[in-house]
Amino acid sequence: MEPIIIEGTPKTPTIRFDASEGIFEIKGRSIPENSVEFYKPLVEWLDNYKEAPLDKTVVNIRLEYFNTSSSKCILDVFKKLEAIHKAKNDVEVNWFYEEDDEDMLEAGEDYESIIRVPFKMIEIND
Amino acid sequence: MGFNIENHFFDQSEGKSIFYYKGNIDSELINQVLDTVEDQLIRDNEHPRVRKRVYNVLVESLQNLYHHVDMAPEDFEDQSVKFGLFSVNKVDEGYKILTGNFVRSDNVKRLEERINRINRSSHEEIKELYKFILNHQRISAKGGGGLGLVDIARKTGNKLEYTMKKYDDDFSFFCLNIFVNRKN
Repeated sequence: MEPIIIEGTPKTPTIRFDASEGIFEIKGRSIPENSVEFYKPLVEWLDNYKEAPLDKTVVNIRLEYFNTSSSKCILDVFKKLEAIHKAKNDVEVNWFYEEDDEDMLEAGEDYESIIRVPFKMIEIND
Repeated sequence: MGFNIENHFFDQSEGKSIFYYKGNIDSELINQVLDTVEDQLIRDNEHPRVRKRVYNVLVESLQNLYHHVDMAPEDFEDQSVKFGLFSVNKVDEGYKILTGNFVRSDNVKRLEERINRINRSSHEEIKELYKFILNHQRISAKGGGGLGLVDIARKTGNKLEYTMKKYDDDFSFFCLNIFVNRKN
């Protein structure tokens, strides 16, 4: 599978989804007006990956900001990962948040309570 | 009928202005506002937590306008597709974000009920409501997730203050006055 690599913009995150390493990363700001348009290819790509995933998939979410319409799309991404996990593959989500950013930590905990995939909350200290 | 929208808007604003705008709310404008306000918050050495909260709330309030405003009455001076007003002001205890837009009479009740429901809820209930909507509601045709107001209430920890003033038979004018405290 071809990896998805998208450079970040002020309103959309950097994406690196590499099927050969099983490492997926979403990083930066996700605040577009039309988030469905941005996330649709990622969700479709995960649908393909889901067919033959690696034994272990690591997902790094390192977001500085995200808007509420992205929050639904990110949930769609997690739902695909949940399906991979449910099919007896190892999936781990690392949710990074900056020191003191309780809102971002809480956002991670929201997903953790909805999605049945192991989450690790990791504080970033500058 | 009708009244001066801008005077009505300014009657509700307080503090030192960082940004004020009246007109069409498009994507480019939203970028410009976010950049300007973020730069100002950094220059003012605001604590990152406050800065992020203001930024988040600003994104949601502007994108609420972008996705949901009703077009202004036909006899109104500005016929932009997404006409709205907003201001970002600094006050002693934090920041005030004020938005204003026309709402068609048949949408007034729904919006008020939505806000009142949020305002009746405790912080814990708002958190649960957020998760429920996140998990159960699809993104609407307009592109909104139905989460914007809930998120604003959750992040600020304050009630959503608003006014809804009848403009003519078909329209009301809605102002949302958001307060982001420095403490919370």
